[in-house]
Formats: sequence, structure tokens, C-alpha cells
Amino acid sequence: MSGRDAILSRVRTSLGRHALDGDRRAEAQARLDGHPRGIVPARADRDRPGQIDLFVEMAEGVAATVDRVASPDDVPGAVGDFLAQRNLGTDIRMAPDERLNDIDWSRRPILSITKGASQGDDEVSVTAAYAGIAETGTLLLHSGPASPTTLNFLPDNHIVVLRASQIVGAYEDAWDRLRAAGALPRTVNMITGPSRTGDIEQTIMLGAHGPRRLHIVLVEDE
Amino acid sequence: MKSTSPRFKENARAALANETLQSALDKMESGFVVNRAAAAARLPEFEALRDQGREIKNHTLAHLDFYLEAFETKVREAGGTVHWAATAEDARRIILDICRSVDARTATKGKSMITEEIGLNAYLEANDIQPVETDLGEYIIQLRNETPSHIIAPAIHVRKNEVAETFHKAHDHLDPDRSLEEPRALLDEARAELRQKYIDADVGITGANFLIAETGSSVIVTNEGNGDLTQTLPKIHIAVASLEKVVPTFEDATVLLRLLARSATGQEFSSYTTFSTGPRRPEDPDGPEQYHVVLLDNGRSGMLGTALQEALRCIRCGACMNHCPVYGSIGGHAYGWVYPGPIGSVLTPTFIGVEEGRHLPNASTFCGRCESVCPMRIPLPKLMRHFREQAFEQKLSPATERMGLGLWAFFARRPALYRWATGLAIGLLGAFGRRRGRFRSLPFAHGWTQYRDLPAPRGKSFQQQWTARRGRRERER
Repeated sequence: MSGRDAILSRVRTSLGRHALDGDRRAEAQARLDGHPRGIVPARADRDRPGQIDLFVEMAEGVAATVDRVASPDDVPGAVGDFLAQRNLGTDIRMAPDERLNDIDWSRRPILSITKGASQGDDEVSVTAAYAGIAETGTLLLHSGPASPTTLNFLPDNHIVVLRASQIVGAYEDAWDRLRAAGALPRTVNMITGPSRTGDIEQTIMLGAHGPRRLHIVLVEDE
Repeated sequence: MKSTSPRFKENARAALANETLQSALDKMESGFVVNRAAAAARLPEFEALRDQGREIKNHTLAHLDFYLEAFETKVREAGGTVHWAATAEDARRIILDICRSVDARTATKGKSMITEEIGLNAYLEANDIQPVETDLGEYIIQLRNETPSHIIAPAIHVRKNEVAETFHKAHDHLDPDRSLEEPRALLDEARAELRQKYIDADVGITGANFLIAETGSSVIVTNEGNGDLTQTLPKIHIAVASLEKVVPTFEDATVLLRLLARSATGQEFSSYTTFSTGPRRPEDPDGPEQYHVVLLDNGRSGMLGTALQEALRCIRCGACMNHCPVYGSIGGHAYGWVYPGPIGSVLTPTFIGVEEGRHLPNASTFCGRCESVCPMRIPLPKLMRHFREQAFEQKLSPATERMGLGLWAFFARRPALYRWATGLAIGLLGAFGRRRGRFRSLPFAHGWTQYRDLPAPRGKSFQQQWTARRGRRERER
């Protein structure tokens, strides 16, 4: 008997039954297919401006910085200012994402942009978020041709462009959007603040192995 | 991993006398405990989520075979492979075979208690594959040749000056006169040292906080980002997880995620929660080419349908040990095996046997603090009592202990005799202790009076007082 069959048969013996069949199997399958929601905290039950404010408040609460801008045209300026204020040079590694490509980066001509995955020698990355979750100020990004996962983790500074219309209240709202978009990507990243550790004497320090800084440029498109 | 659990008493005594360890443990109450309470208080639904979390796990365990098969089907559909490991040895061999298939020389590792349970690092080393721990705490203890003393803060027993010493010794290619006084300098050095190792590794090995049957995803929850680099950069990603990590859907995982970080560190949410499903897609610019899940049983299937099934709800947040007065006094290593604290006192005798692990269920005052904070409402004191009973029944406890219990049982089964004997004892102790009000030593009670005085009883026994009061109350009516 293979490891698989032996394990499954022991599980069934311990549970005192054979493999599920009939109604019980149909019930479990229906639960799987229907993926019912559990308790969703009321925290994010607000009007749209309230949800967006909550997202910002929670993200800033975990040491992310947020810059609210009026239109995509303001993004290059916001990115340039962030780099200038922190002496981070002008090189950025950008995700080859349509929503970023559509931005007129010549508005800040000094920025030197390359595109694609990171090999580990980039100081600054710019990526586009898939969603923002107000509940905890969490960003949701996923892998794909337009969004290399390495950009979320290797550079010291991670800049994420998020549109207000992408902000949802609870995690479950983001799952609904992901399901509607089709097959699940290889990697779904929920990112809540910059990388941190408390492993040395329980002292919290930012910038463990991932980015030291997480900067969100929030385009108010609603 | 070989256990030192049979020497628990000696371990505990040494831990109590270890000043470095004691100073490291002092910080726990002001950190984890305060932060958890604040996080729970900020979320009005927290207690209701705990109930729901328990129900989700109970449902999943009752249908475990169904959800495991569903999970496997989805992993396969996404292009990954599921390997079933009945024992720790099976799991080690499966992982080695995968590593050998690409002639791996190094494997980076995300923090994973399950790989501690199967003793993976020593096995890989013995087979010429260098495991590289990448979580800062795990990296520190790997260099120190130690095991984790806490399931989420593995180096909680190490002080920063000890870390500096360790780094000076291990990173001997760096300037020996550099300053490593500040934690920041230590962190930056570890970050820089590990950077190239992530990129050079052939295989990345992580654990999993959850497996999702609906999609075939493995989920890791981290703060440092090391787990993500581990599962993104190498050619192969291996996720090692025990059977009970599976949950039905994203929504179910969400309920548990809302509980996990709050219970563990008091964070609203950890920095990184990542869902991995299969290998990179053909059009993806990065990610691993192969995705393997090793499903480990190692005795868990036998816990189903028994009292111990409740322990399989554990989501490894560490709240029970953070709040345990015994853990807080002796740290994790004294427990002598992989999992310390109250959950360890249940899992250790389960996995390595009552005879080896029998001291651990006694390492509890049954104050109940662990159960009161466990997000999955695991009745930890009840499960420890289960093992105390087993140890008694199997005559594993010392003869004096069993004789004492036998004597007590003799009286307890004879209420009239019990009342007479306790009344007599209290009267005698009260009479002898009247002058000082307390006893500094007593025959047969050295274990108690060695550390504190026994207050001398005043007046009558509880039962006598109860009878007297009830009588009075009835008269008042």
C-alpha cells in the first residue's frame, strides 16, 4: 500500500467510517464549492470615503507611508519626491504592468526606469496593486507576466501604486474579485507594512529580509 | 530530534539558575501578552471568531480524508505534486530525493516547526546538502547549533550580545573589529549575509500555516519576507505540512488568519501572508519551476477520534506558551523536544510516548491561562490531565506519588472518614501553628515548604464552615 492509501485508510479507521459518500460527500463538496463566508468584522462597514480612510489609517499604523494623489498624472511626481526626500537616487525597477505603462512618466524625466523581475540589485521597485483591503491596510498583489513577485521582496524600497477604486472592505471582498478574474495565479501576496522582525530581544525592527520601506501612492480615482 | 524530555526536572532546574535565560524571558509578559490583549480588544468579533475557528477545524478534521484528497487534486491541476509521508523518515527521504533530482548543494529554508519535527537539517547535512535557515531567529540558532526554544520566536532565549558573539565567530570574512552592539547592526549583517544565499539556493523549503483544499494552495505567514524569498527564487519550492493544516476554502483560512497574528504577536495582520499555488506559469517572469507539497502524518491520523483530536486544531500561534507561567520561568529548551509550552506538553507525549514525555503534563499548575487565550479553544489542561492519568495507570509515575494519590483516594471515597480526618488535621495544624501563624517546615511537605511557608489553618475546615453557614442561612430564611 502506498503512503497515500495507508494514511487515508488510517484517517478513516480513526474516524470510524469509510470514505465519504452520498449525502455527506455532497454536503462537503457543496461547502467547498460555495465557500461560505465566516464572521466578517464590522470594522470596514463604512461608506466609500470611510473605507479609503480606514485603509490609509491602518497602513500607516504598520509603518507604511501613503501619498494620496488626485490622478495618475501625479504618480511620477509622487514617486520622484519619495526618492528625492530619502536620497534614493533615480533608478527604479518597474513591473511591466499596463496600468503603470499608461502613466506618463516623462512628467518626471529624471527617473530612470527599467522593467521586469529583480535580480537582487535594485534599490527601488514600483509595482501596481491588485487590491487594497481596508480592514488591516493590506495590499494584495499577485504574480503574472505583468507583476514579478521578486519586485515585492528583493528591493529595499517598494512603491505600490493603488487606485482608490481597488480598495475593498474585507479580505473576503478581495477573494471575490480574484475568483471572478479566473484561474488563481501562482503567488498571491498580502502585504501589510514593510518587512519586520522581533527576533533579537523582541525589539521590532523594520527591513528584515524584505523591503525596509513600503510606500503606497494612492490615486483617488473615485 | 532526540528528546531530553525524560530529564525535564534537571532541565528546569538548570533553566531557573540560568541568569541570561531568565533576563531574556522577563520581556515576554510586557511584549506578547500585552500586545495580544490589546489586539483582541480592538476587534469586537474576536471571541466569536474563536468559536468559528474551532468549528472550522472540527469540521475539517471530521472530513479530513475528503479535504486532503480535494487538496491533492487541485495541486495536481495547478501543476504541482503532493507526496504523502507516513513517518518522519518518509518525509526526509522524499525531500532528499527531490533535492537530488536537481543535484542541489544548498537549500534555503523558511521557518518551519515541522522540519524540526522530522529532523530535516541534520539529515540533509549528512547527505551533503547544506540547509540554510533564513528567518533571523532560526539563522541565529542554526549558527549556534541550537534548536528553537519558542515556536514563533525561536531565538527568544538568546541575548543580543550572544548574537554578536555568534556573528563574529561565524562571519569570519568580515572585519573582526566591526561594532555589533546595536540590534540594527546585527540585523543588517544577517540580511547581507543571506542575500546571496537566497539567490544561489537550488531548493527552497518552507512549512505551511494552512493548506487550502479549494485551490491546492499552501499559505505562509511571516513578518520578515524570508519565506517569500525562499519560495520564489530557487528552481524548486517544497512546502512541508502536516495533515491537519488543510482547511476547506479561502474564506475558512481567512477566519483563522484573523486570529493567528493577533494571538501570536498582537499584530492586526502579519507583514506577509502568501498563497502559493503550483509552480510558476509559463508566462511568469519569476517563481519556482517545480512545486511540491510533502504531507506528513507522523502519528496524527491516530489522534483522530480520540481525546487528542482537539490538539489537532492548533494553528501554532504560540499564545499558550507566551501566557504560561511555567514556560515563562524555564523557557522552551527545558521541555526537551520540538514543541514547548502547554501545547508541547500535549504533543510531546503523543508523539514520543508517555514514558519519555510524562514529566511535561505535570509541568503545569492548571491555572488555565493557556486555554483562555488559545484561539482554537483547545482544552490544554484537560489534555494534560489525560496524560497524567495515563502515566498513573501505566505505573510510570514514582511509587510515592502513586501511594499518595492512593491514600487520598481511600479517604475521598469515604466522606465521613474524609471529614473526620481533615477536621482532625486542621485542628492539629491550627493548634501547633497558632503562635507563629505559619509553618516553615513540615514532615512529608519539604517540597512545598522549601520555597514558601505554609500558612497555619485558622478555625474549621471548608466543609465544616459550609455546613455551619448553610445552617445559618436557612435559619435566616
